[in-house]
Amino acid sequence: MEEKEIRFKSVKDMPPMAMSLGTMRINKTGTWRNIKPVIDYDKCIKCMFCWKFCPDASVDIKDELPVINYDYCKGCGICAAECPAQAIEMVKEE
Amino acid sequence: MRKVIMGNHALSYGAMLSRAEVIAAYPITPQTEVVELLSEMCANGILKAKFIKVESEHSAMAACVGASAAGARTFTATSSQGLALMHEVLHWAVGARLPVVMGNINRAFAPPWSIWTEQNDSIAQRDTGWIQIYASSNQEVLDSVIQAYKVAEKVLLPAMIVLDAFVLSHTSEVVDVPEQEKVDAYLPPYEPRYKLDPDDPHAFGGLTKPDWYYELRYQIEQAMEEAKNVIEETGKEFEERFGRYYGMVEEYKTEDAELILVASSTIASTARVVVDMLREEGKKVGLLRIRVLRPFPKEKVAMILKNAKKVAVIDRNISFGMSGAFYAETKAALYNEKDKPPIWGYIAGLGGRDVRIEDIKGIIENTYKEDNPKKDIYWIGVKL
Repeated sequence: MEEKEIRFKSVKDMPPMAMSLGTMRINKTGTWRNIKPVIDYDKCIKCMFCWKFCPDASVDIKDELPVINYDYCKGCGICAAECPAQAIEMVKEE
Repeated sequence: MRKVIMGNHALSYGAMLSRAEVIAAYPITPQTEVVELLSEMCANGILKAKFIKVESEHSAMAACVGASAAGARTFTATSSQGLALMHEVLHWAVGARLPVVMGNINRAFAPPWSIWTEQNDSIAQRDTGWIQIYASSNQEVLDSVIQAYKVAEKVLLPAMIVLDAFVLSHTSEVVDVPEQEKVDAYLPPYEPRYKLDPDDPHAFGGLTKPDWYYELRYQIEQAMEEAKNVIEETGKEFEERFGRYYGMVEEYKTEDAELILVASSTIASTARVVVDMLREEGKKVGLLRIRVLRPFPKEKVAMILKNAKKVAVIDRNISFGMSGAFYAETKAALYNEKDKPPIWGYIAGLGGRDVRIEDIKGIIENTYKEDNPKKDIYWIGVKL
């Protein structure tokens, strides 16, 4: 999908409300993280609890497997806490 | 068709004739009949609207905001504590520039519990950016709902129709309920310029840094300025189609008046009668009814009042620590005029106490008697 951020020169070019003034495509909140979830796919049972519980929709599903989107994951650890197979480990960001 | 209806049902008929598409509301005395009738209309198919039952007024306004953002024409109604609970979302409707229309029945705040009329509830929401229209008859209530949609959808600001508890809300008056086709011709379906659309996704209301937030506030003020003209224009068009005119203010015998009363809502209706009585005695008294408090018609108010010798403002509200709100606004509107009359501020009728003909006569008498106001607040009928 194309970049959606809109830049203005003056108030005259603006829509009357904050519409796509900021966009999550540009504002990559993953930089806020200091620990990150790492999935051990040998242990993963594909239950998708991590996908379902992630409050920031930062777990994608690719080829029937959960994949963490590190551009947006803030490292809250909910996925690791909810994983019934203990397949997710929270690792310190370097 | 002429019907005998209460002010609350005038709001319901207004929303029905405006073909509101989403209605979300929570009941509160003295507003309940508004949504009672609307839910009935939805249930029996007269009104093809989605009626959303909610658990609070905060949710009612949130539902209206969501539906409006998706492009629907929305309506709600509340009163007093309910309006206060909506407060946060009232700001959201303005910032998101959503033309939600609501009815607010003026009711005094608790404690102590009161269900009677007083304007403090709507006055407290004066600075949110909502257009505020204070009606003085049930006919005006119904007509104002239709006009409010036209104004709100043009300038992209939400609008509130304000009416007195019981004095209008539960009092039956003869109201001309216009034909649907005539309302349709005046008020076409809402065509949102911006809306939530999966085919053209945008982020609405996201975090906006100081580099553009300021400009968005500038735009709201521009829209408020524009609303002054739009209210006059839509009022004139309404008159052409329905024979009744509604503008920013109502002038009654002000042209040659040496003393002008300033009032709003139903107190203004009583004041109109008093003006007639005193005119018969040869006293040159006039009335300026402020119909729209936001945007405030400061140019009009200044123009009408500057040539009077004296002005007396009656407020059924109080901004504690200052004065009545209409009094403060009226004074502010005149401050930069070279020649201006002294202005008296009278507080009357708080908590639904009757403001009678004798009370208004007393106000005029006192204003005639004094050369200049001695204080900012004159209490009418307080048991000292």
